[in-house]
Amino acid sequence: MLKYIGKRLLMFVPTLIIISFVIFFIIQLPPGDYVTSYVAAMAAEGEVFTVEQIEDLRNQFGLNDPWLVQYFNWIKGIVLEGDFGYSFEYGRGVWSVIMDRLYLTLAVSFIILVFQYGVSLPIGIYCANHQYSAGDYIFSFFGFIGTATPNFLLAIIIMYYIYVTTGNVYLGLFSTEMLQNGMRWEYVPEFLGRCAIPLIVIGTSGTCGIIRTVRAQMLDESARQYTLTARAKGCSEATITYKYCLRAALNPVVSGMAGSLRTIFSGSTVSAIVMNLAIQGPVLLTALKSQDMYLAGTIVLIQAVLVLVGTLLSDIALAWLDPRIRFAERS
Amino acid sequence: MALFQKKRPTDESYYMASQWTLMWRKLQKHKLAKFSLLLLAILYTGALFADFLAPYGLEEFSALYKNTAPTRVYWTDENGDFSRPYVYGLKKINDRKTFKVIITEDPEAKYYIDLFAEGCEYKLFGFIPTNIHLYGLVDEEGNPARDQSGKTLARINIFGADTNGGCIFSRVLFGSRVSLTVPFVSAAISFVLGILLGGISGYFGGWIDNVIQRIIEVLSAIPSIPLWMALSAAIPPGISVSAMYLYITIILSFIGWTGLARVVRGKFISLRKEDYVTAARLAGVSDFSIIVRHLVPGFLSYLIVNLTLGIPGSILGETSMSYLGLGMKAPATSWGVLLKETEDLVSVAQYPWRMIPLIFVIVTVLAFNFLGDGLRDAADPYK
Repeated sequence: MLKYIGKRLLMFVPTLIIISFVIFFIIQLPPGDYVTSYVAAMAAEGEVFTVEQIEDLRNQFGLNDPWLVQYFNWIKGIVLEGDFGYSFEYGRGVWSVIMDRLYLTLAVSFIILVFQYGVSLPIGIYCANHQYSAGDYIFSFFGFIGTATPNFLLAIIIMYYIYVTTGNVYLGLFSTEMLQNGMRWEYVPEFLGRCAIPLIVIGTSGTCGIIRTVRAQMLDESARQYTLTARAKGCSEATITYKYCLRAALNPVVSGMAGSLRTIFSGSTVSAIVMNLAIQGPVLLTALKSQDMYLAGTIVLIQAVLVLVGTLLSDIALAWLDPRIRFAERS
Repeated sequence: MALFQKKRPTDESYYMASQWTLMWRKLQKHKLAKFSLLLLAILYTGALFADFLAPYGLEEFSALYKNTAPTRVYWTDENGDFSRPYVYGLKKINDRKTFKVIITEDPEAKYYIDLFAEGCEYKLFGFIPTNIHLYGLVDEEGNPARDQSGKTLARINIFGADTNGGCIFSRVLFGSRVSLTVPFVSAAISFVLGILLGGISGYFGGWIDNVIQRIIEVLSAIPSIPLWMALSAAIPPGISVSAMYLYITIILSFIGWTGLARVVRGKFISLRKEDYVTAARLAGVSDFSIIVRHLVPGFLSYLIVNLTLGIPGSILGETSMSYLGLGMKAPATSWGVLLKETEDLVSVAQYPWRMIPLIFVIVTVLAFNFLGDGLRDAADPYK
């Protein structure tokens, strides 16, 4: 087990290097650079730059170097000084821009992840144990609709519904009073209410996927011979469900965990734009559009690292959960 | 014994049937999957005959009809008698008190709905020039509801009109050409890539396996939306619609193949140690032949299920891309472009008919999901 974890940790570093390289390559891929889009934006407002000024800006930002040099400088800064580069758009260090929203982003993503598994595991088990019951059909119906509706439209529909019923639009996680007066206890219920919408919108598509996987896996496992044996020797249904079937059925669910983290990051980007959430997604979109490449690169890098750590953790959990994987690694 | 025999198909054909025949028979027993297949067939036929089924072309819009609700169709005339279906044209009136311009039905302009009416020129299947549309409006004398220059006098928008006054129903049909084929083509490309790279990875193992696994890990660690954003930002601006289409397809398939490659690799690892593969290798069959002729057919049915279940993801992906303004752009149309127009609360509240394309997206995604479920059950024909 320790050897397995060690091996996986060793693989982590080269993968990380390749990922940072790929990310930087993709981000500098669009033609032009920040100065191009900046000059275009300023020209739209009537301010025209001379060629020398443009060249000056480029030299100042180091945009005239080949992209490989830019990449090495970026990585060198990160590794040696913990400096993630300079955000042209915000006019300050990338890290300070990211810190503005990092905690909220992590909190929102983590809450959604917990919500997804907390809701979908019990429902999946219930649906498998009560196959073809009314509850099974109802959950399946909502599950399918949830996966089939694009995230951003679900957000709009729910917000519209809330607007019609309560006459209030809950845009963003904080109300104006909260921002003015800081967090107080009396705001907590409203804050939780505001959290519910993004939770439902971003969490739904993943939740439905997990419900379907759990249900299918539980049904498969309960048709196995060992379940029959357990039942024959008089185990209670609860033991069969939770100790036998669930343990085997959890395998694909655990291995899909990193995948759901990735879906949450993607899903939250679009939904955050619709719902005006102060998380990383919208910043990333504008950074990509204005070619603020160090900012965009760092955000994508952080998300990718989180997904990688998630994969690592889920692989370790899998090896702990499923002895077959441990044995396969050993042989 | 008699009871036992009853359950088994008695005729010889069951035992002689190929795997595909058995799958097909089993699929037909799955009612939901059969229904989904029928629905998809209808949708794809609709896309094929979009020019004919749509009453208006993409370039045809009328400022008068801007953001108007679905056209009301009347079945009874002024006296309350049953009549052939007709609609009223629209007119602008100025409210004397508020000076607001109101658009209402014009009882003077009565137009009948006619099947196989004349409309704008188009080429059916791209080469048969015609101007017959499934339905359109005609006046009392049976002349099309257009003036000399071909401008529409009155319109029938059964799903309402968009911001330019274009017919949403027509746009849904034209959009389905993009929205139904992009996911299909990109799924097909990722299918080939997935089998090829996953197969190589699983069959040869060793360092090749390691390299391919790292590539997959890298690609699947980067969240897909930033990947789309960056890749579509790299698409040069001002390119033609068909080139744009090609780019989007490639971007979607570039992201989609990794999951399949992982599955294929797993299957190959478990299959390559089978006796029949060793036998084939000893008999001097080339590696390529072993992969294509011996290994892939062993789980092709499974792969097809995987392919079907992957398509809904691509459809939703295309919508998200268009929503972010990275996919198709107007005047080219796709379901994503149509849904982008419902992007805020105000437009949903004021023009709820703009949500109609959403129904098509949901129905298509559900149909592919159910079909995939049915195929999954059918993929094991001997069960």
